[in-house]
Amino acid sequence: MSGKVMTGSVLLTHAVGMHARPSVKLTKLAKTFASRIELALSADGPWIDAKSIVKVMATKAPQNATLHFRAEGEDAERAVDALVALVAGDFGEAPTGEPGDVEHVGTG
Amino acid sequence: MKNVGIVIVSHSPLVAEGTADMVRQMVGDEVPVAYCGGNPEGGLGTSVESILRAIDSAWSEAGVAILVDLGGAETNSEMAVEMLPSERARRVVVCNAPIVEGAVIAATEASGGASLDVVKRTAEELSPA
Repeated sequence: MSGKVMTGSVLLTHAVGMHARPSVKLTKLAKTFASRIELALSADGPWIDAKSIVKVMATKAPQNATLHFRAEGEDAERAVDALVALVAGDFGEAPTGEPGDVEHVGTG
Repeated sequence: MKNVGIVIVSHSPLVAEGTADMVRQMVGDEVPVAYCGGNPEGGLGTSVESILRAIDSAWSEAGVAILVDLGGAETNSEMAVEMLPSERARRVVVCNAPIVEGAVIAATEASGGASLDVVKRTAEELSPA
């Protein structure tokens, strides 16, 4: 692959860190790009495949961690921009949305 | 639908429904999802007939991945797969993965257009080695 390598980093402000739902959103977005995309909690790595839901969830990145993205391929720049925007925008979730956002139906 | 479909088979209709809710809310609706749970008498259990209906309702040309909970859910799912017409049966797999986590992860993978084989393998990455 001869594409350029792009990098970007962003602060994870999400209240509960990289739990299931943010991981799903991040992975789904990463998969929409052709580039190889990696994620790390430190600029020195270790780098993991940002398209792997199992690996992304396993990072267990806490709130205030810095996420580093590295992408290589034709759409690398767009990929890094989009992923940074997703994290910066708190994964598109309402600030009060976690973790009590599941409607509970009474048993009565 | 071109994405792999997900079928959730639990002994409990509530577990099955709750798992399907999690998939819908966390992954979205780009993936066909169907679920079944409980025996025809309304108790805990699974039935081949409802599994077949669920497979039919989540059917995708890309195939269907089934997530199960305990023993009978697995054997009845395998029985259901055997009862399918052969051109469908080879596109349905039972995943060896925890039902809730496996369903969410399989659906996430499926939403990106992954093949049935990749969806199954990804769900199974969760299983203890």
